Amino acid sequence: MITEIGHYALVLALILALTQATLPLIGAQRGLRPWMALAQPTAIGQFAFLGLSFLALIHAYVVSDFSVAAVYENSHSAQPLIYRIAGAWGNHEGSLLLWVLILALFGALVALFGDNLPPRLRARVLSVQAMISVGFLLFMLFTSNPFARLDPAPLEGRELNPLLQDPGLATHPPMLYLGYVGLSMAFSFAIAALIDGKVDAAWARWVRPWTLLAWTALTAGIVLGSHWAYYELGWGGWWYWDPVENASFMPWLIATALLHSAIVVEKRDALKSWTILLAILGFAFSMLGTFLVRSGVITSVHAFAQDPARGLFILALLTVAIGGSFALFAWRAPILKGGGMFAPISREGAMVINNLLLATATATVLLGTLYPLILSVSGGGTVSVGTPYYNATFVPLTLPLVALTAIGPFMGWKRGDLPAAMQRLTFAFVATFIAAVLTWWWKTDGPLLAVLGIAIGVWLLTGTLLEWAGRVKLFRTDPATSWSRAVNLPRAAYGMTLAHAGLAIAIIGMTGASAWKVEHIQVMHVGETVDVGDYAYRLDNVQSLPVENYLAERATFTVLQDGKTVTTLQPERRQYLVQPMPTTESAVHSTWKQDLYAVIGEPDGKGGWTVRLYHEPLVLWIWGGGFVMVFGGLVSLSDRRYRVGAPSRALAAIRAARA
Amino acid sequence: MRRSVFLLPLVVLAALLVFFLRGLDPARDPSAIDSPLIGKALPTFSAPPLLADAPGIDSQDFVGGKLHGQVVAINFFASWCVPCRAEHPVLKQLTGELGMPVIGIAYKDKKDAAAGFLAEMGNPYQQLGTDESGRIGIDFGITGVPETFIIDKQGIVRDRVAGPLNPQLINEEIAPLVKELNK
Repeated sequence: MITEIGHYALVLALILALTQATLPLIGAQRGLRPWMALAQPTAIGQFAFLGLSFLALIHAYVVSDFSVAAVYENSHSAQPLIYRIAGAWGNHEGSLLLWVLILALFGALVALFGDNLPPRLRARVLSVQAMISVGFLLFMLFTSNPFARLDPAPLEGRELNPLLQDPGLATHPPMLYLGYVGLSMAFSFAIAALIDGKVDAAWARWVRPWTLLAWTALTAGIVLGSHWAYYELGWGGWWYWDPVENASFMPWLIATALLHSAIVVEKRDALKSWTILLAILGFAFSMLGTFLVRSGVITSVHAFAQDPARGLFILALLTVAIGGSFALFAWRAPILKGGGMFAPISREGAMVINNLLLATATATVLLGTLYPLILSVSGGGTVSVGTPYYNATFVPLTLPLVALTAIGPFMGWKRGDLPAAMQRLTFAFVATFIAAVLTWWWKTDGPLLAVLGIAIGVWLLTGTLLEWAGRVKLFRTDPATSWSRAVNLPRAAYGMTLAHAGLAIAIIGMTGASAWKVEHIQVMHVGETVDVGDYAYRLDNVQSLPVENYLAERATFTVLQDGKTVTTLQPERRQYLVQPMPTTESAVHSTWKQDLYAVIGEPDGKGGWTVRLYHEPLVLWIWGGGFVMVFGGLVSLSDRRYRVGAPSRALAAIRAARA
Repeated sequence: MRRSVFLLPLVVLAALLVFFLRGLDPARDPSAIDSPLIGKALPTFSAPPLLADAPGIDSQDFVGGKLHGQVVAINFFASWCVPCRAEHPVLKQLTGELGMPVIGIAYKDKKDAAAGFLAEMGNPYQQLGTDESGRIGIDFGITGVPETFIIDKQGIVRDRVAGPLNPQLINEEIAPLVKELNK
């Protein structure tokens, strides 16, 4: 019964979305206020029904109602409660419902709190949002109904994929969807602006918080996903350039570019059509990701429900949504008036370089992701594009980008002073040089790129801190003045400082973890000791554990350094009861310097076990830096300019000027 | 001129959509694309051993050598290739169910990395060569890894699978062929 209510609520949400997608749009075109106003109640209603539907789905999972096909496929009554709940979105159908729910949530937020938006813009934005909603709801109802029934109902479910039975499932997908859907907000604003034929500073200011939210959530989602893969897959890596990873990374790159170009629109009234294009692209890449992950056109380690029929539907959606937007862009964007020329050496010039490099980097990732597909359908056979490609293309593009990130904030708007900026960066030059020499001295036999990576990380970190110190006049005035300047600095400025510093920290981590990783894979017997890097690992014992919803063997390693015990690691090997797939639970001892990482594999039948032992230097910095970036995004999001009616004041000023 | 620049995204998208649509074709089967080698003798090559305790592989082995008179699979792989990880457990089906020797060639891979990959994933290969420069890959005309060739008793290439093997592919394509060749 509850399941039917959930299904029916989906249908009702679709009808509301259809209304919301059409009438307010017509109203905005013809200036009919009541029609435009219809957008608000429909948006809120749509969210309410989707919320109801989502709760019904969760209910079916919690009570293990195996008459629901998706529950049967992805759940088991012996699964712990948290995985029964998280399992609701750990599969194709449920994740789509979560996707649409978040979309509707954002629509409802615009409806409830968007009073400072011009009514016409709000009506159009909500209409475009609803169109996306309609597309995905049709997709769900026709090809991927999460409430489809099974008759007769099976007695027991097939269990959630063991790799997904992890706290990561509760946080990583919702964060990513928050990011994807946040980009759909920027997209809706872009389409509304194209229909309107007007992009101005106020528009940029409305788009920015959504982009910022999307960027923050995507960053968090990617960081969580990377960390999850790191400890769950047991391969000891944190990024594989897998198509599914790239699918989330490309929207992030575009969102980063959009975040910067929207500032130029806001401050300098320039780069308008480019910013609109980025807003469309951000969502286009989200859709592309959805298509790649769920259609089965590309092989990936992060398998999802793959079905060409579904692929065809998403492809149709992609064609209509993105093709339509690009057509609208080609038609309407030329009429957007640009704000004139600007000097290459200036804050906006720096932003242009940032955008060019980010766009090119996105294109290389796109090419690497799609090349196997393109080659295969054009008769060229099958290839796998791996890390060597990205090291040769993506890394050389991003290193100068990161190096310039330190300089950009020192540039003034309109006209920057490069020599002065360089002078203010003197200390950063010195610090970078020292870091490079120290790195080289410490690991002379290591790769040269590692020295460069560490140097660029240190350069960005010190450059960013210097910029902040310059703003608060640290040590150049009395501490009290500095303190009050620091307190009064806008939160958006802190957001930038934190985000750039986080990037620097993450880059130092990535460099360390890629360049100086030590890996040992071998058969070990109980009592044996192996040296990994500066540490000795002793295998003390391997024990069987009591049965849960899996059988497990746990190994105990004692890690010693210079004869002293550092830590004990207890990795597990699990065999889940239903899915015949052994999984590993790695054991990791993290410190700021390095991770000590152990995995236990198959027994060799002669009293030994295959073990994998990794020494991962600085790897914690990657996620630490990631979270500093997320924190920066949140701080910037809390800037009072977004909450106080700045846009409506700007609007009032425009009205006053017109009157 | 200015207008046409704004059309660019649409054009790029259209081109990509064509590829996506063709990619969705359920009849698409990368292994269906014939290699020019099929029906011809193996190229002459010599791959030095990857591991100290397993012999390398030489085209001499097939013609009058120890592999003469057997149906053999040659599998190109690399530790940096993610689909190879997915494929790896499936190779046991060739050695087990079909009872054929599988020869491995580590393509453009560092020796340590390839050895680590095998230690981690298991080693189904009877003989194991290394192709660090990718020269042997060129001779075989491979387009990437993984790629598998089926060689008959006389050392003639009979089939090529570009991309990862899977149980369905083995059951439907490889197994009947191997049975036929073993007659």
